[in-house]
Amino acid sequence: MQKDSVLEMRGIYKSFYSVKALQDVDFTLREGEIHALMGENGAGKSTLIKVLTGVYAKDEGQIFLKGHEGPVNIKSPEEAQKAGISTVYQEITLCPNLTVAENMYIGRERSPITNWRRMNADANRILEALAIPAKAQQQLGTCSIAVQQMVAIARAVDMECKVLILDEPTSSLDESEVSKLFKLMLDLKSRGVGIIFVTHFLDQVYEVCDRITVLRDGHLIGEYAIENMPRVDLVSKMLGKELDDLSEIKSGDEGESSYGEVIYEADGLSSTATRSPFSFSIHKGEVNGFTGLLGSGRSECVRAIFGADRVTSGKVHMDGHDIKVSKPRDAMKHGIGYLPEDRKKDGIVGDLSVRENIILALQVMKGFFGPISRAQAEAFADEYIKLLDIKTASTDTPIKSLSGGNQQKVILARWLLTNPQYLILDEPTRGIDIGTKIEIQKLVLKLASEGKSVTFISSEIDEMLRTCSRLIVMRDGKEVGELSGSDLTQSKIMNTIAGGAR
Amino acid sequence: MKIGINRERRLAPMSDTNLLLMITIIVFFAMYLAAMVFIGRGFLRVQTFFNILNENAALIILSCGMSIVMITGGIDISVGKLTALICMSAAVNLDYHGGSVLTAILLSLAIGIAFGIVQGYLVAYLDIQPFIVSLAGMFFAKGMTTIVNSTQFNVQNEAFVALKNTRIYIPFLGSVNRRGVFVPAYVEIGVIVAIVTVIALFVILRWTKLGRSFYAVGGNPQSANMLGINVRRTRFLSHLLCSFLAGIGGFVYFLHVGSGAPSHATGAEMNAIASSIIGGTMLTGGVGNIAGTFFGVLSLATIKNIVSLLGLDDAWWTNITVAIMICIFLVVQSVVLLRKRK
Repeated sequence: MQKDSVLEMRGIYKSFYSVKALQDVDFTLREGEIHALMGENGAGKSTLIKVLTGVYAKDEGQIFLKGHEGPVNIKSPEEAQKAGISTVYQEITLCPNLTVAENMYIGRERSPITNWRRMNADANRILEALAIPAKAQQQLGTCSIAVQQMVAIARAVDMECKVLILDEPTSSLDESEVSKLFKLMLDLKSRGVGIIFVTHFLDQVYEVCDRITVLRDGHLIGEYAIENMPRVDLVSKMLGKELDDLSEIKSGDEGESSYGEVIYEADGLSSTATRSPFSFSIHKGEVNGFTGLLGSGRSECVRAIFGADRVTSGKVHMDGHDIKVSKPRDAMKHGIGYLPEDRKKDGIVGDLSVRENIILALQVMKGFFGPISRAQAEAFADEYIKLLDIKTASTDTPIKSLSGGNQQKVILARWLLTNPQYLILDEPTRGIDIGTKIEIQKLVLKLASEGKSVTFISSEIDEMLRTCSRLIVMRDGKEVGELSGSDLTQSKIMNTIAGGAR
Repeated sequence: MKIGINRERRLAPMSDTNLLLMITIIVFFAMYLAAMVFIGRGFLRVQTFFNILNENAALIILSCGMSIVMITGGIDISVGKLTALICMSAAVNLDYHGGSVLTAILLSLAIGIAFGIVQGYLVAYLDIQPFIVSLAGMFFAKGMTTIVNSTQFNVQNEAFVALKNTRIYIPFLGSVNRRGVFVPAYVEIGVIVAIVTVIALFVILRWTKLGRSFYAVGGNPQSANMLGINVRRTRFLSHLLCSFLAGIGGFVYFLHVGSGAPSHATGAEMNAIASSIIGGTMLTGGVGNIAGTFFGVLSLATIKNIVSLLGLDDAWWTNITVAIMICIFLVVQSVVLLRKRK
């Protein structure tokens, strides 16, 4: 172990069933530094942190902590706390039914008897010092999400910790709260605490961090000092594209004029999940894409179009008529289909058969009292299994026993069956093999040539380049650019994602 | 300035637990007062109130245990049959095996603890649904009761009968009977046990790390784990405590009825769940209060008394009123939950 480091992780391996989440990852945290842990979705950031805090057991590797002889073995969050590692997780991990003060002290109090008076007084002092608008005796569930996150931070910083982990703590905070948090982080840093900071916001990384470790697909890409790491380089490291390769790829060059009339148009649309209203339109037969890093708000935008989150404002025209989309069924009635980002959670119904999963959307549109006969359902299922080349034992096989790519095709079939005019595909190719990826891309282009409109979202930029003729680039919840025609190059896209000309 | 801050603190929004407790207490007193005013008769006698306590001492203890598992996010439907098993075992021990009151008590507690260890282990460490585990426990206890002894019999053991008939008179409370003689009100020993239990558990849940861990685990087990609470141990202890309390409650029940029978305490687990819900314990976990449970039992018993005093002495009338009451309280709980979402 090096002299100035407080934490070293060496050769960490972790897999879940067959998925290798971490492979031979090293991580070093020095005393008094703020160290950004960067990577796209699925890169293994959260897994690495959960291994460190004892939520997951590592398969292989060693963890060294300052003040401990030899490798330490942390088996639970309780032990991590005792070893001086305090954590603010991405999702709020507090109990909504307890008071603010209890949430700050539970699980780390020394005496088995609770002294409410002292606990409340201590909590109020910290809340006041950090200017958090909450009272010690208030039930946590009545606080806003941002305040809850601040309470979690207050709990973490109040501990006598050597290592502080902040896993995307800023996603629910506004600017003034973020700057308050940064001040706190700098203060802790000056006291020698090592801070691991996970975030998707590049601006924040360059504002406070000293060092960056980049992970991609569970592998360590490298550790860099912030001053040697321009933004564009960082983005290309995270996405796995070297800048040298970028200029070689050119996009398709049909002019925009070849498209039909505008089929869908949204003006000032926003939902409970989007951060600012956006406007958007798509032509008949066009394939466009939303791109940006994870957390940039691309999925939130398309969810708003489909009414998957509660829509709060905005006007929508479709086919020249004003329509109102407040829930997915409205969108479906108007011919919009949406293939969700999270296939397991929002897409498949695991225990139902392939056939039942295929006819699900059509059934919803017909209403539950307009039955689809068994023979008809069987015919539909056979047709699409053949069309999309879905590999399944039979139409009766439960969908959960299919591979990821075939599950995705079933969901795709579900929407194609409803014959939508406008289809939104959010990460349709994530976690599936190359062959299927290309089939899905081809299918998207075929749909467009048949006059359907498609919005395509993917984390892989070359896939977007192959399929989309227009790209909307998003960063931190805002649209920061729209690229089409000759502007559609990897380097242009990356520059726009990373923050324009800077 | 300082006073201003204090007042602000006092006005911090009431927690769900306290709000539901307030509602329960108000409902109980309103109901009892209404019964005194509109029905009069028995409700005007002090002894009626103490009889409610005498009748329900065991249920109070069982309900306390139920509340604790419910607060932790579980359920235990074995406590009714467990009570029957304990009564039968204690009775057989006293009359057929020459046991003393002390051995009967120890036997009751031992059965409770054994059930608690097994059920708690299955729920907490093997992650089996508490409903399923306690369903199995219920059938097991039911079967064991008839194996221990299949017929009902009254216990003759003198020391026990003396203890059973012990009355503790309440100073200065009582009523004057028709002949003008003052009859002091009394409670049985079980009531004292129940009240001590309620107070002890109230203190444990409010002021100890263990008690607060029950709430944290019931509120959100994943978060509780991240906050450094040993979730498995907490769940295990909640079931152990519940079954241990069923051991105490079982003996108190035995002390009240003085007999062993397979049909004893039938449906007690359902009454315990109902009392907990009326007392403001949420089935979703994390919210509840032992004081509320105490008043929940009293409310349930008062309703039953009112129904029978109105001459509607049919089991189904009682059931319908209890059903309506539970519905009302569940609606109140939903409203409380909605309040949070705004």
